[in-house]
Amino acid sequence: MYGRKVKLRFFFISLILATLVLAVFLVIKSLKENVIFFKSPTEIKALSEIDKKKIRIGGMVKKDSISIISKEINFIVTDFKNEINVIYSGVVPNLFAEEKGVVAEGYLKDKNFFLATKILAKHDENYMPPEVKAAIEEK
Amino acid sequence: MFKYFEPSKIFSITSKAPKYVLFLFIIILSIGLTEALILSPEDYKQGHSVRIMYVHVPAAWISLGVFSTIAFLSIVGYIFKIRNFFLISKSLAPSGLVFNIIALVTGAIWGKPTWGTWWAWDARITSMLILALFYFMYLVAWRIYENDEKAFKATTIITILGIINVPIIKYSVDWWNTLHQPASINILSKSSIHVSMLYPLLMMTAAFALFSLLIFLMKYNTELIKIKNKGLDRL
Repeated sequence: MYGRKVKLRFFFISLILATLVLAVFLVIKSLKENVIFFKSPTEIKALSEIDKKKIRIGGMVKKDSISIISKEINFIVTDFKNEINVIYSGVVPNLFAEEKGVVAEGYLKDKNFFLATKILAKHDENYMPPEVKAAIEEK
Repeated sequence: MFKYFEPSKIFSITSKAPKYVLFLFIIILSIGLTEALILSPEDYKQGHSVRIMYVHVPAAWISLGVFSTIAFLSIVGYIFKIRNFFLISKSLAPSGLVFNIIALVTGAIWGKPTWGTWWAWDARITSMLILALFYFMYLVAWRIYENDEKAFKATTIITILGIINVPIIKYSVDWWNTLHQPASINILSKSSIHVSMLYPLLMMTAAFALFSLLIFLMKYNTELIKIKNKGLDRL
């Protein structure tokens, strides 16, 4: 039906695509640790030794855990299995709040204390008007 | 190779189309902007800054859609030697790049107040940046190769390399911990974005798609005129 050349080109392209998919898959698999933007408290607990390098941790800000003492903000990041205390002084983004997602960049003091140099808020996938939110909460 | 390709016939249609598309674009954009900036509610958490979404998300969608189309047309065009597909791809690329850059820039503007940073090397932002680089390579390849056959080959290879990145962009938020949240809009299950916000989002997407179409038609007409003139030269 189609000429030999067309078939050959089709085969050539398929081969390139298959090779690329495989190559990219392997690269991503080996890079997994580095592609991850932040570690959860559970992953921190599982660390065999404390890294002196700058890392990012992420999770939910625990309810009623934010306390502000002079210029220092203390709060607890939780993934509902493990928790970690975060100490930070500086400006927090608008979306930073209790029971919301957060990513903190900084250094681990030990497995329970984290000194943050930067706080990023993490948004969730829910978008709704305030009235709808209020209605949901009433239920 | 030129079997189904009659530039003058196509041109007679595509040269008239832009004004209608422009007209439609202005109407849809006005409706979309009114809804996005005035009628739609503010978000319960983000307040008014949620309105950046109505530019950011459609721009990202269009840039992904345009690149996928280019890759599809280039691959099919390369296998079956359809010259017209390459011209369509070439004309589509600029609007795709523009929307890609818009997505990156509005993302930075949105990220600063909400996340607290302009830029983060999370998987989705990085893969979008890579897509922009592929667009750039693609456009540069057309400029470098004077010979059409060579340009077809080079651009096809670039699109094949680039298309691998598209599913990575789409699923980056599910595969890894990223600063970006998981997808809000799901075709199979319930979307986690309220209808009053979804509607303006889709309207703006339609407006941006029309803008892409408009730029495409202008570019495509230029290509057709170039071919016509070359044909005259040969006579």
